[in-house]
Amino acid sequence: MRTPSTSPTRLHIDWTRCQGRGLCTELLPRLLGRDVWGYPIARDGSREPAVSPSALSEARTAVDLCPRLALSLITDVTRGPGNRKAGTSL
Amino acid sequence: MTTSRRRGAPTTQRLFAAQGPGLVEHKQRFGPLPELPGTALVSLLDRSGLTGRGGAGFPAGRKIASVTARKAVVIGNGAEGEPLSHKDAELLSRAPHLVLDGLQVAAAAVSADKVVMYVPSRAVTKIKAAVSERRSAKVDRHRVTVVAAPDGFVAGEESAVVRRIEGGPALPRDRTVPSSISGVRGHPTLVNNVETLAHIALIARYGSGWFRSLGDPSEPGTMLVTLTGGATTRSVLEVPTGTQLTDLVGHLGITDPRALRAVLVGGYHGSWIPGAMVTGARLSRAGLAHLGASPGAGIIHALPADQCGLARTADVLGYLAGESARQCGPCRNGLPQLARLFEDLGYHRVDDRLVDEVCRMIDLIDGRGSCRHPDGTARLARSALDAFASDITHHRHRRCEAALTSAHGAGRPRHHTSGSR
Amino acid sequence: MIDQALWALGRGTGITALAFMTAALFLGIATRSGRPLLMLPRFAVADVHRFASLAGTLLVVLHIVLLFLDPYAQLRLVDFIVPFLGTYRPLWLGLGTLAFDLLAVVIVTSLLRHRLGVRAFRAAHWATYCLWPVAMAHALGNGTDAGRAWFLLFAGCCAVTVCGALVWRLHANYTEYAGTRTSGRP
Repeated sequence: MRTPSTSPTRLHIDWTRCQGRGLCTELLPRLLGRDVWGYPIARDGSREPAVSPSALSEARTAVDLCPRLALSLITDVTRGPGNRKAGTSL
Repeated sequence: MTTSRRRGAPTTQRLFAAQGPGLVEHKQRFGPLPELPGTALVSLLDRSGLTGRGGAGFPAGRKIASVTARKAVVIGNGAEGEPLSHKDAELLSRAPHLVLDGLQVAAAAVSADKVVMYVPSRAVTKIKAAVSERRSAKVDRHRVTVVAAPDGFVAGEESAVVRRIEGGPALPRDRTVPSSISGVRGHPTLVNNVETLAHIALIARYGSGWFRSLGDPSEPGTMLVTLTGGATTRSVLEVPTGTQLTDLVGHLGITDPRALRAVLVGGYHGSWIPGAMVTGARLSRAGLAHLGASPGAGIIHALPADQCGLARTADVLGYLAGESARQCGPCRNGLPQLARLFEDLGYHRVDDRLVDEVCRMIDLIDGRGSCRHPDGTARLARSALDAFASDITHHRHRRCEAALTSAHGAGRPRHHTSGSR
Repeated sequence: MIDQALWALGRGTGITALAFMTAALFLGIATRSGRPLLMLPRFAVADVHRFASLAGTLLVVLHIVLLFLDPYAQLRLVDFIVPFLGTYRPLWLGLGTLAFDLLAVVIVTSLLRHRLGVRAFRAAHWATYCLWPVAMAHALGNGTDAGRAWFLLFAGCCAVTVCGALVWRLHANYTEYAGTRTSGRP
């Protein structure tokens, strides 16, 4: 997996799919809390919280295990011009 | 440098300069549409400083430049789901050919494969008629399809537009890449507000220098504003950017600053500006930034002194909660809850706990959805807490300043049904 | 001798597969609830559900291969794909084939779920509610040990587990946050 050292990996939540099952909040407790309705909430207040390299493996597990397929990992590379595939997960 | 005297370039009244909405009057006033080779439009728009007139204010040239791949789709967005806005409807009614000209220019610039006009159902017949008028006159190079936009608040959101054009519902969709890269069925898609397209049509004829001759230098040109509130009914005006808010409010018949409680700038996803701060404020990014507001799509709504800002905001939040696409948990759950809390704030009892709960609920919805509906709602709620802070204190003591100012004497402040056109 | 072994293993893997499928169904319902299960956190519930499904699938494949190799069973290749064409107890054998077909659809769509998207994945996954009763009927009807007490006890336990899970599934407070949330899309 090529992750350029300059652009951080971010966790993207597809809110139209998320049902707040909470698996991701268990796997990434430092990144995500849970709101009063059970949905994940980024502890840093951002729309797409940055995933530290040490949490990358858990983040990939979360992307894989989410029963609603609501998670994906984004870098600026996946988002740049010329890459048309939406929601490319690492 | 283009001479702005050529073909009698319009001066202050630009968009409605033609004598009538038909193609004949349009041609009479503006002449033919010049052909602009590919990259020429982008640099022309960059020089002119035109920003999007749909609310986001993104530089028009840059947006077109970001559509680079083949088989592009170009969409003119006239959906205007905001109840307080009427400028797009007015433009489509009185100057549809400027919009359609702009659409052709944009389509040519990105070598579009598909060109669509997305307008409310009530405008479909008129626009279809204008399109076929142009087809008979062999004016258009690209064939234009007209798609009806449903009436909801979020129907004009960019991903909702894309989805509707694909044949799905007009509801936002989650995105990880911008529409300019992947939009309608994965093709690069350019979505422009109809007013932006109309300005593009004029800039193509009269040049960037002409466009910049009016308005705020940092965001030049003219813009359409929809004025509501006060004694007069709704009106749509074309004004230079950077116009004084007091002038605009004056058009509504409100000249005494004490008669104005606040002004809502930017519609239901905008910000309240308290009456006292309106003097000196100008309708531009620079002119409003210090007040935490932005011109948005030029919606100016005046709140007279005898109406309660908290009550009005509560009504609006109720409407916004009802307009949620209900696809995303925090929005579906949070907006109705925020509306209920604000109803207490506006109409019932107020205490510290309530204000804290309101703040917490705003934080819970902000930024947590696939579109910006919860964000805009949070912005409105926060601006209300700021602008009507003194009213919160009054309500704590079971008094209301608006009710006291009301011509009908003491009692509950006048209600306002929001969402009515 | 080998035949006896194949026959015994063929049946044994079938019964064990059924046990794993029962566990997988139960754990699938537990995953859907969004709740932790006993000491298992939510992500572990999902993980064990997948493990049980894949283990069960492996056992089904073994069950099929062993019976195919067993001359006593007299099964043709087509009997493993197209149901109800068999010679020995065609109805019950056919149900087994049908169960395998359903299983193949569920497993393949699950493994490819990220490519198919959540709607296609979920739609195919509903087939699991059909899969278990078909597999159980096949075991009861086709299984040589079906009349034996220990088998009936085993089948009874599986049935109780599934029924319990279904009752739970249909309960009002089934999902963790059912009480605090407003309803979804109309």
